[in-house]
Amino acid sequence: KQQQQQQTQTHKKQKKNKKKTQQEEEDGAAQQTEQKPQRSEPAAASFPPTFSVSEIKNKQRRHLMFMKLKQEKRKQKMQLRKKRKKEREALGDKAPPKEVPKTIENQRVYDETTVDPDDEEVAFDEGTDEFSAYFNGLTNPKVLITTSDRPRGRTVKFCEQLATVIPNAHVYYRRGLALKRIIPQCVARDFTYLMVINEDRKVPNGLVLCHLPEGPTAHFKVSSVRLRKEMKRRGKDPTEHSPEVILNNFSTRLGHSIGRLLAALFPQNPHFVGRQVATFHNQRDFIFFRFHRYIFKNEKKVGIQELGPRFTLKLRSLQKGTFDSKFGEYEWVLKRHEMDSCRRKFQL
Amino acid sequence: MQHDEVIWDIIGNKQFCSFKVKTKSQNFCRNEYNITGLCNRSSCPLANSQYATIREEKGQCFLYMKVIERAAFPARMWEKVKLSKNYEKALEQIDENLIYWPRFIRHKCKQRFTKITQYLIRMRKLVLKRQRKLVPLSRKVEQREKRKEEKALIAAQLDNAIEKELLERLKQGTYGDIYNFPIHAFDKALQQQDEDSESESEEEDEEEDEDVGKREFVAEEEVDESDLSDFEDMNKLRTSSDEEEEEEESSEEEEEMETKGSRSKGKSPANGAMVRKKRAYVEIEYEQDTEPASKSRSTS
Repeated sequence: KQQQQQQTQTHKKQKKNKKKTQQEEEDGAAQQTEQKPQRSEPAAASFPPTFSVSEIKNKQRRHLMFMKLKQEKRKQKMQLRKKRKKEREALGDKAPPKEVPKTIENQRVYDETTVDPDDEEVAFDEGTDEFSAYFNGLTNPKVLITTSDRPRGRTVKFCEQLATVIPNAHVYYRRGLALKRIIPQCVARDFTYLMVINEDRKVPNGLVLCHLPEGPTAHFKVSSVRLRKEMKRRGKDPTEHSPEVILNNFSTRLGHSIGRLLAALFPQNPHFVGRQVATFHNQRDFIFFRFHRYIFKNEKKVGIQELGPRFTLKLRSLQKGTFDSKFGEYEWVLKRHEMDSCRRKFQL
Repeated sequence: MQHDEVIWDIIGNKQFCSFKVKTKSQNFCRNEYNITGLCNRSSCPLANSQYATIREEKGQCFLYMKVIERAAFPARMWEKVKLSKNYEKALEQIDENLIYWPRFIRHKCKQRFTKITQYLIRMRKLVLKRQRKLVPLSRKVEQREKRKEEKALIAAQLDNAIEKELLERLKQGTYGDIYNFPIHAFDKALQQQDEDSESESEEEDEEEDEDVGKREFVAEEEVDESDLSDFEDMNKLRTSSDEEEEEEESSEEEEEMETKGSRSKGKSPANGAMVRKKRAYVEIEYEQDTEPASKSRSTS
């Protein structure tokens, strides 16, 4: 027992001196003698002790050991990088090309519904689907924005700001009316879009976007809503000019249809004079919406200034007809297990 | 023998009553046969041998009565009378059954019955209206999604993507002629300015050949010159850049530089002057096409 105590004391002292590798071995040895060997020990001389930082019971000591371990690793990594950099410089032109790091976007599982730009079938479909009228310039978008019952201040402000962003948008207070009754009235008054912002606990959290004359209905989850006054370094309020639309990264068939759905919210001919641009950027199935004002400083540089609200959408379901939760025909529904099974697989 | 007074004396204030719920201001009675719900001498079903209540079962209202004669038979103590669905008829039934009973009990029975019918009506109405469906959120899933969203936001690099897209559109000419940034024209103009080689003169000859017959409307009083004082190179650059532009943008609509400049006067002199100034001072140093690009990249 005294021996053990001495060993622990030496252990402590040496820890304070911070000789780490020695310590590890000491610890390994100490641990071997102190604790009953519960882990299998291979032949002692050839392998390093199977000692991990997590086996130390004392939290402070364990923490210190862990930090030291991290520092060592970092040092080794830096040395490796310096070595590689020197090698690369030494080789000059003959150096092997820089390796591209693996990102989730690089490793994305190939989706067979990815759209080819020259795909005829897709082009034909898009020529005859519900948005063809819009894209051929026959209809002008007219949007009705409303909320769920009894909206609170944040949602109301959000609706108002959306109405400034989307030209030809009208906000109406929902007085407990059923959506199925609103829709025929909207159709009668020539609305092309119905947007319902759902609210939960005073915060908007859902968006139902319904293309009116028999169009598809998309249900999104809304998150990270930033109203105009919460944005840093923002510009003045947006003007009445129609903004341009940027749709990024909508690559699959589903993504394409969602992209068209979102694009048809805005009028076909943007006013370039207004220099406003609305962006829907899809990244890993999250659609980020931003509204900017841009200015070209020269032909290689553009400055953008964010106006307008920003929010993130995640598609939950796409339905073929107008809003009908019970009998509607769902084209696509978010199934959680599908999403979570593979991290590299995305739908949009 | 029924001693109501004794019972009330015990359970009312002095000792324990298991149905009593005490709050700061009031005492409530949780007995199911209680008519008002409060713990009072006159509302206590244990302390009154003659008592009546209205109770509701699956949308049907019943009148329960208790009399002292049946106090010895607990199994038969409460007499149950089904009330009619018609409100007035039911009130008459109550009156008829509780004839000669104390005023208090009659009154309270009718009150209770009215309240019950009203809430039944409201329940029926609510079922017809839209029901709010509560969907349970799993906290783990929500947290996971939040983190994924943050990471996706970082990976998206939105500002860069937007700027790239806008520059692409500018290059492809979707903006038409609003912005008078002739692409590569400045660089070519620089070449002409710096190197007086034969190839340049040949180019100019070719351009002049092409430009024969094209009408060019030049406004004399263009503002841009006034911004830059006495810089002869500016004129040379501008005219040469005009020619370059005509040649290059012939695929697009052919419009004149000066009129364009005048149209977007509000914007472009600020840009154009700034650009030209910059170019005047800085780009003379560079001789290759790629350099300005790198310069802009480093500054942006």
